[in-house]
Amino acid sequence: MKSFTVETGIVAPMDRANVDTDMIIPKQFLKSIKRSGFGPNLFDELRYQDEGQPGQDCSQRPLKPDFPLNQARYQGASVLLTRKNFGCGSSREHAPWALDDYGFRCVIAPSFADIFYNNCFKNGLLPIVLEEAQVEILFQQMTAAEGYQLTIDLEQQKIIRPDGVEIGFSVESFHRHCLLHGLDDIGLTLEHADAIRSFEQRWRAQSPWLFDVIQ
Amino acid sequence: MNLFYLKSARRLAFRLVISCLGSRNMAKTLYDKLWDSHLVQQRDDGTALIYIDRHLLHEVTSPQAFEGLRLAGRQPWRRDANLATPDHNVPTEPGERSAGVAGIRDPVSQLQVKTLDDNCQDFDIVEFHINDARQGIVHVIGPELGATLPGMTVVCGDSHTATHGALGALAQGIGTSEVEHVLVTQCLIQTKMKNMLIRINGELLPGVTAKDAVLAVIGKIGTAGGAGHAIEFGGEVIRSLSMEGRMTVCNMAIEAGARVGMVAVDETTLEYVKGRTYAPTGAGWDAAVAAWKNLHSDPGAHFDTVVELQGQDIKPQVTWGTSPEMVLPVDARVPDPATIEDPTRRDATARALQYMGLEAGMPLVEIRPQKVFIGSCTNSRIEDLRAAAAVVKGKKVAASVNQALVVPGSGAVKQQAEAEGLDQIFIAAGMEWREPGCSMCLAMNADKLGPGEHCASTSNRNFEGRQGFGGRTHLVSPAMAAAAAVAGHFVDVREWEFEA
Repeated sequence: MKSFTVETGIVAPMDRANVDTDMIIPKQFLKSIKRSGFGPNLFDELRYQDEGQPGQDCSQRPLKPDFPLNQARYQGASVLLTRKNFGCGSSREHAPWALDDYGFRCVIAPSFADIFYNNCFKNGLLPIVLEEAQVEILFQQMTAAEGYQLTIDLEQQKIIRPDGVEIGFSVESFHRHCLLHGLDDIGLTLEHADAIRSFEQRWRAQSPWLFDVIQ
Repeated sequence: MNLFYLKSARRLAFRLVISCLGSRNMAKTLYDKLWDSHLVQQRDDGTALIYIDRHLLHEVTSPQAFEGLRLAGRQPWRRDANLATPDHNVPTEPGERSAGVAGIRDPVSQLQVKTLDDNCQDFDIVEFHINDARQGIVHVIGPELGATLPGMTVVCGDSHTATHGALGALAQGIGTSEVEHVLVTQCLIQTKMKNMLIRINGELLPGVTAKDAVLAVIGKIGTAGGAGHAIEFGGEVIRSLSMEGRMTVCNMAIEAGARVGMVAVDETTLEYVKGRTYAPTGAGWDAAVAAWKNLHSDPGAHFDTVVELQGQDIKPQVTWGTSPEMVLPVDARVPDPATIEDPTRRDATARALQYMGLEAGMPLVEIRPQKVFIGSCTNSRIEDLRAAAAVVKGKKVAASVNQALVVPGSGAVKQQAEAEGLDQIFIAAGMEWREPGCSMCLAMNADKLGPGEHCASTSNRNFEGRQGFGGRTHLVSPAMAAAAAVAGHFVDVREWEFEA
């Protein structure tokens, strides 16, 4: 997994609450058996006028000009600013894969759906929870200034606005540790294989009906 | 003497306070018990390793996980914990289905289903293939086979995994990285969630179902209401529901924002589990039952959040918007954004009405679906099909309805329905009787809505484009969907005239 330390980037808006995972990456793209290549289909139905198909060349498709990611001022954005309950709906990890593949490194919202939030950390994508009022200020500043950028420092757990104001945020220490160092959590868990084995032995003795049934 | 008694009384009172405090600390919720019994390791940073008993796999969220195993040269930790079946992509049209994987017309879908077959073979994981009689939607076949049991931890790369919580299991949806993590380590890294109790008191009135109850819950607490929580559903309404009804309720915990939904074990649970293919038998059954009888929240257990509803207040529900929380009783009218003060909600309502092609203030019963879908992991079990068949029996689908699909949740449900003659009732009414799969719930196969089409659907999500590009979903119960199919518009099924 790629690490996340400090990121400075253009902020793009997704100004609605309850952005669901079907919106982030529609189901037809879930048929892929790969982890990459979802970026051109991020927010597909909001971004293009036609219905997207897997494997299609998106560069020729008609765009919806009002959609922020289609506007010149947000090109190259790496920070997505949005409203509450972002990523609700399905468990599809294709949602963070698509955001990452597009070039986003960080999503800022007043709240996230649980599974999506968890999935982000497995893919080097940082979800930041800020109070609604703080998010509102960022929306206002971003709308007022073309090329609006934020610096996100995960080590220090702070966002630095262009006006120099610093906003603190907090990320669970395990997630922060893995993200800062780009750690694969399977490797970390396997370091505790003995603990898993001894639990399993005890559990098997206690609940034998849970073992060796499906063969 | 008096002083002595006073002192003893004080001591006694002190002891009582201590023992009450003690018992309060000891009193556990169902979630606490399931968590504690599966705790491999608690760490100082708040995370924990939780052991996973059952891992269900399907074709959509597993290929990248298996690829991860290959790249790292890893093997599954415990092959007998896993069970796989293809469900999301499989065709349900009998002609296309009959030729198996090779017959899947969409080459991308075919490759995905074939990849599951290949991965299960390579990693020696039990799979029920596309035309195996045991195939079906993962969340239907798990409980049906006894592959998911009370007291288990259950995961699947699918957010509707909470369905299995109806058995008194700790069941949750996970992402593909976690699918890989569970395959390799048999554990999940988690932080314990908060406890939420949703208590539905009293009783449901005739014509009101588990689906209406859970939609009413979502309407009340919103799609983020359960975020960060494990929800236990309780109260007289839940206790009197069948296991299938409880599955419908737990299934939609995620639409209320919670990864986990569950119901305490009782006689209904035990009766359901007994005799299932993978359920214990003989002395094993007795030992299991002894353990399962403890799977309930203790009196006085602490819940961080408690929500209460009265069963009698719940009417048949219909969603009018593009989020499951945009739901109202069938006798209501489409809301008017102009009357909503909160700007985010006002904008969302206006946007939803535009997408749905609905006018503010119009009665919900005037919405005319062009398609009807009875199926999905929410409502494709035998009781759902019986409820729908009772409504359409002796009647015909309205001419304005282009297609009414009935998609059983599994091969076993299909067989049972056919043995009861339900398929003939649907076919006689002009509905299509299909092969098992997820189908039009998420339209990854050929079953989908066209742009602008309204659908009366027994599924779980009404997001934009969910059932097809530009499609407009209205979530309802099976009886309500069936009634809409016949009437050509939504009707209050409580007023339905049933044929004998």
